[in-house]
Amino acid sequence: MKISPARIWREKGSRYKLEGSKCKKCGRISYPPKPSCPYCSCRETEVVELPKRGKVISWTIEYTVLEGYREYAPIIIGLIELENGVKVVAPIVDVNGNEVYEGMEVEAVLRKIYEDGNEGIIVYGVKFTPCNKH
Amino acid sequence: MKRVYIVGVGLVKIDRHYDKGYMQLIHDAAKKAFNDIKYYNPEAVVVGNMLSSSLYNQDSLAALAIDAIGLRGLGGLKVEAACGSGGHAVAVGFSLVASGLYEQVIVIGVEKMSDYPTSTVTSALAQAADAEYEHIYGISFPALNALAMRLYMHRYEAKREDMALWPVRMHEYGSKNPYAQLRNRITIEDVLTSPIISDPIRLMDSAPIGDGAAVLLLASEDIAKKISDTPIEIAGIGLGSDGIDLSSREDILNPISVRKAAEKAFRMAKIEPNNVDVVEIHDAFTITALLSIEGLGFAKLGESWRYIKDGRFEAGDKPSINLSGGLKARGHPVGATGVYQVAEVSMQLRGDFPGVRVNNAEKGLAMNTGGVATLTSVIIVKR
Repeated sequence: MKISPARIWREKGSRYKLEGSKCKKCGRISYPPKPSCPYCSCRETEVVELPKRGKVISWTIEYTVLEGYREYAPIIIGLIELENGVKVVAPIVDVNGNEVYEGMEVEAVLRKIYEDGNEGIIVYGVKFTPCNKH
Repeated sequence: MKRVYIVGVGLVKIDRHYDKGYMQLIHDAAKKAFNDIKYYNPEAVVVGNMLSSSLYNQDSLAALAIDAIGLRGLGGLKVEAACGSGGHAVAVGFSLVASGLYEQVIVIGVEKMSDYPTSTVTSALAQAADAEYEHIYGISFPALNALAMRLYMHRYEAKREDMALWPVRMHEYGSKNPYAQLRNRITIEDVLTSPIISDPIRLMDSAPIGDGAAVLLLASEDIAKKISDTPIEIAGIGLGSDGIDLSSREDILNPISVRKAAEKAFRMAKIEPNNVDVVEIHDAFTITALLSIEGLGFAKLGESWRYIKDGRFEAGDKPSINLSGGLKARGHPVGATGVYQVAEVSMQLRGDFPGVRVNNAEKGLAMNTGGVATLTSVIIVKR
C-alpha cells in the first residue's frame, strides 16, 4: 500500500469541495491551495471554496496511461477556467473525446480517482462533467 | 568566483542497453572522457539522475558512480531536477569548482529506462508533475504537454502539419550523429500517422525511452590550461522555476522558468541571445521545443513555429539549434540529457562533434528542463 489515510485526509478540502487559496495581500486565488501566494510572494493565504462551473480552455485524450489507471483509459484531461478565472487541470468524464470542444461548459463532480490495489484506499476527488448533457 | 572549464567529455550512444546497468554505462562514458586529457586528478563527483530511486530502488547513486570509475573515497552527490537533473548537476559541479572548494570535479549524467514496460516508465516520469493534483488523477506527463500543445496551436493558428516539421528536422540531424538513439529519417506523413500518445501529441512528437551516460571533466582555470589543449569555459549559468502544477500557472504558454534561467546566464556570460552560435534545447515533445526557443528569446511568444517553417535555426544559422538531433532523435535518457547537451555544445566549439557541425562556433548554449518547464537550467559555454 502506497497511499496512507493521512495523505488523503489532509487534502480533503481541495479534493472534495474544490477549495483553493486566496492571497491576503493581492487577493488572487490559486488552485491547488498553497500556503504562499504564487503571484505576489505573500506568505499569508486563506482557504476559499471555488465556483463549481467553468469552461474548457484546452484538453487532451490520454491513451498511454499510468500504471493503475487502465480501467479509466482513454482519460480526457481538461484545462478548465472556472467562473472566477481560476484554472484547474482535471479529468473530464461522462463525455466522449470527440465531443469535447474549446469553450465547453463543465461543472465539478466528486468521483473516484484512484484505487490503491484491491485492499488499499480508494481515493476520491474532483472531476468535471459537461453542464449540458445530451 | 573562479573560472571553470570543461577539459574532457565522454558520451555513450543512447540506446536500449539491455546488457549494461548504471555502473557499466558510467564506466564507458568516463573512460572516453579521460582519453581527452593528459592527466586528471578528480576530487569530487556530481551525478545527474532522475529515476534510480523510483525504478531501481537505488539511492546513494554517487557512491555507485564513484565505484564505476574506480575512485572510491571521493566525495559525491546526486542532483535531481526530474528531466532537468543533468543541467542542474552541471550547475552544482560548476559551483564546487567556482567556489574554490575543489579544483577538479567530474559531472556525470546517467539514466536507465529500457528495462521496464512503457506504463511503468510513464508512471515514473509523471513524478515530475504534482503528485497530489496531477499524478494521482492519472494525468501523465505527455497529457500535460498535450494541453499546452493544443492551446498553442489554437492561440497561434499553427496547423498540425506545421508542428510536424520539428521532429522531421531532428531525425535528419540524428541520422548523422553516431551517439543518437534514433538514426532513421522520417517524413511529415510519418509524424501525422504515428500512434497518438495523448492527443494531439503523437509518438513522433515525443522523445524516445533509452539508456545513456555522459561525463564532463571540470577543472579550474590554472589546471585546465595545463592539462587541456581545448578547454571550454563555462561562462554563464542560470536556473529558474515555475509552479509544480499547471493549474496555478498564469499562462502555460509562457515558459517563465526558461526566461529566468536565460536572463541570469546571459547576464553572467555578458552576451545577448544573438551572439550565440550553437544551441541545444530541451525538446521532449514538439511543443517543448517551441516553448524553449521562445523562452530563450530566439523568437517571440507564438512565433517560433513560423521561424521553423521558414527554415530558421538550421545548421549554419545563428543560432543553429539541436544539431545533435535533440531529445527527439539523439534521445532523452532523462537525468543524463542535460550533460549530453553541454558535452555536445562543447564539442561543437572544439570542432570535434561527430555529427552535423557548425564551423568556427565560439559560443554555445544548453537548455535543459524538468517537468513542464518547471525546473530549468541554461548553461553558456565559450571557447
